[in-house]
Amino acid sequence: MGETFLLILLLIDATVRVATPLLLAAFAGMVAERSGVVDIGLEGKMLAGAFAAAAVAAVANSAWLGLGAAIVVSMSFALLHAYACVTHNGNQVVSGMAINILVAGLGPTLAVAWFGLNGITPALEGAGRFIGLNLPMSEWLAPIPLIGPVYAEVVSGHNILVYLTIAILPLVALLIYRTRFGLRLRAVGENPHAVDTAGISVAALRYRAMLLCGFLCGIAGAYLSTAHAAGFVRDMTAGKGYLALAAMIFGKWKPVPTVAACLLFAFADALQIRLQGVVLPGIGEIPVQVIQALPYALTVILLAGFVGRAVAPKASGIPYVKDK
Amino acid sequence: MTGDGLPRWVDLALIPLVNLLVALLLAGVVVLLVGENPWEALKALVWGAFGSWDQIGYTLFYTTSLVFTGLAVAVAFHCGLFNIGGEGQALIGGLGVALVCLTLGDLPWPLLLPLAILGAMLFGGFWAFVPGYLQAERGSHTVITTIMFNFLAAILLNYLLVEVLIEPGQQVPQTARFPDAGHLPYAHEVLRALGVRTGPSPLNVTFLVALLAAGLVWLFLWRSRWGYELRSTGANEQAARYGGISPGRSIMLAMALSGALAGLLAINEVMGSQHRLMLGFSAGFGFTGIAVALMGRNHPVGVILAALLFGALYQGGSELAFEIPTFTSDMVVVIQGLVILFCGALENIFRRPIVAFFRQRTRETPQEAAA
Repeated sequence: MGETFLLILLLIDATVRVATPLLLAAFAGMVAERSGVVDIGLEGKMLAGAFAAAAVAAVANSAWLGLGAAIVVSMSFALLHAYACVTHNGNQVVSGMAINILVAGLGPTLAVAWFGLNGITPALEGAGRFIGLNLPMSEWLAPIPLIGPVYAEVVSGHNILVYLTIAILPLVALLIYRTRFGLRLRAVGENPHAVDTAGISVAALRYRAMLLCGFLCGIAGAYLSTAHAAGFVRDMTAGKGYLALAAMIFGKWKPVPTVAACLLFAFADALQIRLQGVVLPGIGEIPVQVIQALPYALTVILLAGFVGRAVAPKASGIPYVKDK
Repeated sequence: MTGDGLPRWVDLALIPLVNLLVALLLAGVVVLLVGENPWEALKALVWGAFGSWDQIGYTLFYTTSLVFTGLAVAVAFHCGLFNIGGEGQALIGGLGVALVCLTLGDLPWPLLLPLAILGAMLFGGFWAFVPGYLQAERGSHTVITTIMFNFLAAILLNYLLVEVLIEPGQQVPQTARFPDAGHLPYAHEVLRALGVRTGPSPLNVTFLVALLAAGLVWLFLWRSRWGYELRSTGANEQAARYGGISPGRSIMLAMALSGALAGLLAINEVMGSQHRLMLGFSAGFGFTGIAVALMGRNHPVGVILAALLFGALYQGGSELAFEIPTFTSDMVVVIQGLVILFCGALENIFRRPIVAFFRQRTRETPQEAAA
């Protein structure tokens, strides 16, 4: 068991931790866009969820209540987005951006008013946080080479939300591809007129898609503030919502490639943290900023080079107006 | 006249005003939530923005910055593009301004200003041209790429200020102070020379540059061939192509121009006020430009009025944060979000009832005339 092996395991471990909110948000965006609603407000909904989770968890000293609050708040913002874009045919990008900016200001404002703290919520501890779980058998498996360390470092030791995410993602994929609701959802994103002609409400389908989108973003937000960190910090989503959107586009609006794209971005991020201050043979020390730029630069390069003209769901971004 | 038969003033003034009023009412609800009196807050805000000459100076200083970023968003909107990258383009524009001022700073300001403007527009324009090129040629959506370019700009500037451009022997990541000769005259200096005594504010000649820019944008969009091509592409890309216009070229032009305008923010902030390049000087004005453009209906005159409104909100808001401890400048960001929501995404919410009201009235009028 060399040191390199352990390093790789730690890197994968970090990748999983960074990937969790990205995966949730990317799937949230996928559900929304497959129904024909572009949601650039993933960032804002996650941030709102993060604030709600941290605020409630701090007051009630319960991470689970925080999670519930995050989901409710995030779903409310999703409904607002649906109200603007589906009911009133508003510009979807503008609506998403409005939510992002509104939440970016609202979180710190309420933090000052409710807790008297500048842009943060009180530090969470004990039951207010989701902490890492040691899965059973990790000690029993420990002596076995390869499997033991992999199990201990990569599989075990994450918080419950990571495992919850791993369970939810296949369910969302099944929902989209193997249920009647999913079939209609995909249809309404491609050809809403056909769906309408079949006597199914376009608006109702899109509202339901947005609710699911809000649900997933809420979990992602709670993960950021009550599992990954111990409280809310101003702008703590730091562009993850946009990265998730990029991952979804790179994944061509399909579950498995989207997961791969999220893992790639998360790996770049994990590598970024690991590489700081490391002297590479032949190159010397890489400036911190070059490494920090990795995920963003990667996104631009991938979107420009590999996806090319990505085929979005046909009706994505276009408000549905009955019988023109 | 608009498609739904509304008088012009209703479409251009009444509906935006109603939307703005609702946004401000909701902001008042947030103030209540925070536990303060909205009426007192409003009074303090208006007083903070217009109460004295130097406060008006600050308001107009912020207005200047917002005219640039508002115009930037508006130009892109006319081509059907959403430029969320004003923040990054302004930062890179600042780099252009700093390079000009550091190398040629001994020139008198009337000579230096055009060069600095050129630097700001070239650098800012380039930072937006790349996403524009990627959209036109590779189909990568500007909404995502411009956001990524915001992050990349901040990181690039951080690197340059920490490693390359930092003032020798200093710890703070900022450039050396620009030579005094190139400093733009402040409004209070000019007024004092004319015999009017006012308190100091960062308002400077860039204010006039902003007004000029608004005029030129109007000329470009509505009186030039390129502007026509740009607006045609935004209105209907296929029809534009059928009419012999290259949408790709319009997209690249619109983005480059949009970035160049955002870059001009640096003339006001870096050259006009701080006299050195420092981190994060764009302070969210790139995003506020979205609210300004939406509120101003993407028209240069509207942008100037909306910029004045938001300039007053910024200045009044920071005075408010001084007066009331439970207030921070984040409250201004909340109001921005609400304005974007109601003037942008939810603009149709009151349009239907207003359209219905005016239809009814025009139907009644002929009958009254007959009676």
